[in-house]
Amino acid sequence: MRLLFLLLFFTSHAFPQICSEIIEGSVEDFHDGSKLIGATIVVVGIEKFTQTDLNGNFRLENICLGTYTLQVSHPECSTKIVQITVPYNGKLTIKLEHHLEELDQVTVKGSAGIDHVTTQLENKIGRDQLESLSFVNLGDALKLLSGVSSLNTGSTVVKPVIQGLHSSRVVIMNNGVRMQDQEWGAEHAPNVDLNSAGSISVIKGASALQYGGDAVGGIVLVEPERIIKKDSLFGKTILTGATNGRGGTLTSSITKTYKNGWYAGAQGTLKRFGDFETPNYVLSNTAMFEKDASFRFGVNKFTYGFEGYYSFFQNELGILRASHIGGADDQFRAITSNRPLVINDFTYAIDNPKQEVTHHLAKVKIFRRITNFGKLEAQYDFQFNNRLEFDVRRGGRGDKPAVDLELTTHSFTSDLSFDAHPKLKGNTGVLLRYQNNYANPETGVRRLIPDYDKLDAAIYALGKYQVNDFWTLEAGFRYDYNHIDANKFYRKSLWLSRGYDIEFSEIVVEDFGNQILTNPVFNYHNFSGTAGFSYSFLKNYKLLANYSLATRAPNPSELFSEGLHHSASRIELGDIRFTQEIANKFSVALEKKEDNFSFTLNPYLNNIQNFILLEPIGIEQTIRGNFQVWAFRQTDATLFGIDIDAFVKLDNHFSVNTKFSLVKGNDTKTNEALIQMPPANLATFFHYKNEKWKNLNISLESNYVFRQNEYPETNFELFLPSTNSFVIVDLSTPPDAYHLFHFNADADFKVLDKSVINIGLTINNILDTEYRDYLNRLRYYADDLGRNIIVRLKMNY
Amino acid sequence: MKILKIIALFFTVTLFLNSCSNNDNGGNPINEEELITTIRITLVTNQGPNVVLEYRDLDGDGPNAPIITSSSDLLANATYIASMVILNETESPAVDITLEIKEEDIAHQFFYQVDSGLNISNITYLDQDENGNPLGLEFSFQTGEPSVGNMTITLRHDLDKFAQGVSNGILTNAGGDTDISVTFPLGIQ
Repeated sequence: MRLLFLLLFFTSHAFPQICSEIIEGSVEDFHDGSKLIGATIVVVGIEKFTQTDLNGNFRLENICLGTYTLQVSHPECSTKIVQITVPYNGKLTIKLEHHLEELDQVTVKGSAGIDHVTTQLENKIGRDQLESLSFVNLGDALKLLSGVSSLNTGSTVVKPVIQGLHSSRVVIMNNGVRMQDQEWGAEHAPNVDLNSAGSISVIKGASALQYGGDAVGGIVLVEPERIIKKDSLFGKTILTGATNGRGGTLTSSITKTYKNGWYAGAQGTLKRFGDFETPNYVLSNTAMFEKDASFRFGVNKFTYGFEGYYSFFQNELGILRASHIGGADDQFRAITSNRPLVINDFTYAIDNPKQEVTHHLAKVKIFRRITNFGKLEAQYDFQFNNRLEFDVRRGGRGDKPAVDLELTTHSFTSDLSFDAHPKLKGNTGVLLRYQNNYANPETGVRRLIPDYDKLDAAIYALGKYQVNDFWTLEAGFRYDYNHIDANKFYRKSLWLSRGYDIEFSEIVVEDFGNQILTNPVFNYHNFSGTAGFSYSFLKNYKLLANYSLATRAPNPSELFSEGLHHSASRIELGDIRFTQEIANKFSVALEKKEDNFSFTLNPYLNNIQNFILLEPIGIEQTIRGNFQVWAFRQTDATLFGIDIDAFVKLDNHFSVNTKFSLVKGNDTKTNEALIQMPPANLATFFHYKNEKWKNLNISLESNYVFRQNEYPETNFELFLPSTNSFVIVDLSTPPDAYHLFHFNADADFKVLDKSVINIGLTINNILDTEYRDYLNRLRYYADDLGRNIIVRLKMNY
Repeated sequence: MKILKIIALFFTVTLFLNSCSNNDNGGNPINEEELITTIRITLVTNQGPNVVLEYRDLDGDGPNAPIITSSSDLLANATYIASMVILNETESPAVDITLEIKEEDIAHQFFYQVDSGLNISNITYLDQDENGNPLGLEFSFQTGEPSVGNMTITLRHDLDKFAQGVSNGILTNAGGDTDISVTFPLGIQ
């Protein structure tokens, strides 16, 4: 019998003479490289077998020379057959596909659970935490991570700020698609429904070059829930009700999966709030109504797969009525009043000024694994973003939007990844994108952003090499080409006053008297790169160091802005002479990870050449009075700061974690502080959990936001006809520091034998503290939100 | 194969959508519909010639400064009746915004402020809205002894016309948004 096996498997070789060889190796998860414990390795035919130890390693001794077949099995995995020739040099790494392993939907490198970058810090909000945040928006959720703050226009328009930078400097990836939703404007929030996400990660830098080379600030990755390869039908519904805004959220999702890899899922969210309230008054016209839905289906075999995804986002939100002001007289009145100048009774109605944004996103993705190489992926995505802004208008024009922009984007991306070598991994890819912006002329208001066509092409390569158990190196480069072809109308007076008539006379297409039509065409060649290492040392310590070069072409708003921005009550001027921003960012992270104590220290330095900022340059007299003029300017800037996270587990029930962020921004040409830098922020969370009693979780958060003491002075002097005197309009003095407390608790309750309902209670701003935030653009006009009590019901099925 | 068909269909649909997208080679210039370029105030007195004050800013919130003119100085110790015309002269023919303001008279009111050095008094509204509150496209005033100074004319929109002092032309409690705020340097001789 034994002889038969030997004959069977040793066919091509002579009978072995020496039998003192060793086969050493490890067994790991194909997807994320995690070590598999207790995997069985059987050498077929010679009755030798062993199991992997706690580190996933195995060792087979006294093996004769020859070629063998190893049968590797694990309770949770498909059994794998591996051929090996002895003597075998080095360690053999065997990868098993987890049977129950969730499939990769999102990332180019592997499963959704792993890091996207190795040498730069990646912070993550997981599913459980997201579920408790189902009523908030993306920007507010991200604030839970250290180093992330937000730029607000009221409480409903919230943009993430990563280590001091925002808007076009933050790339937002939604299920593998780069959001193209007019992110340039300060009052344009990301069009992403938090409830469609399974996890959200923030990479505080540009090192994940597969997503873009222009992430001067960082990258936000919104990833859907992973799909399990088994026959199952599951879903959940979360219902929240909140006292502040007297509204709530209903979100539901359902997913059907099959063992053979096919799956389909649908998800929807309704969010409705009335006017929000501060401790003392109603914030009139801040109601909102949001409707979102997403669908996906696909198949995920081990060797190939396909996914189709569609998401719809629609949002109507009011902008604080008291923030809509005419000229500088109104601005002065509004700023000096300690209450908003318009306070009405609470209502769900949304009046002008308001925004209505619709975003469609569709994608198809296919991938194929290449044996002994890696994986090839291709994706096409389509996005359509329509932004309507309604203003307070004269002559019954209130129903007609003042801004009506349609942004259409088609992208094709392809990525080839290599993961066949145990230590060397890499990926390379290309991007082609076409974008069209159309400004509807029916508005009766000059186009905020001109009509344009944009073409982007990019190529990138990234590699990672694990030198040994301690050192990993990572490097990459990317080249982006941007071509913008715009049709821009300029007021003739502005065209002349900016000196464009001398420098850009060749782009004039037609003279319409007061206005001229021009055809600016820009080509940008952007190079970006990254290099870094990760070093593990002592026990549980890790040091990450990363350098990244990011290059960002100026966005349409920076190039073309020209005119009155109502919501800011100022005239904003772009400049078509701008060149790319080039950022050199150095970041270091020291991490210690242990069950009872962990911390991260993350200092960074971001040196940005040709940094584009917006600053006041003077006053302009108009028929509506005087307006401050703000112009975009290019300068050099340095941002440096530190993010600190610490976690202490006191016992099985109690734990404390704290985070601190500090960033300082400096205009190195004028040696002045940069405007709108987030103030230092210290947040501490006290947690109590009891898994044995209804899975109870209780947490109390203390959040102290310091006063921003470094800011440029942008005040201006104004003649007030009503009092016949000169006054100072104080636009720059930051508000005082504030300290807020928030409470959160949830527990599981069994209903009807099987089902579990999770009931949660959140109280934000427990003490109903009055405060204003430096990064809220409406801070001049009103306080921030008062106490909010939120009740949440979650049901899984 | 099935997958390929789906993808092909998808591409076709999206390309079709794209080909429908609007791009009309720059289109036409948009003239601001609500723009006010011109305020013309005709001051009539039976003691002498009419005086025409004009504020004109054809590029709106563009960089060019407004042109402010007055046909002559005012006569001392005279009563003037003023009537205003508000225009948008970027359109051809010019749009008469005065009509729009009359239509929405409940939501609008003019205010007049005079430097303490300029001897103008008894400013009186001569027109009213539906509720009997002042509008101010027509008003009268009396001049005193020769002097120089500024007169500021403000038009508020969505104001509280019932607030204290507002119907007497006091701006302090009016609230609302400013549509017009222009200052004329005047001389009385």
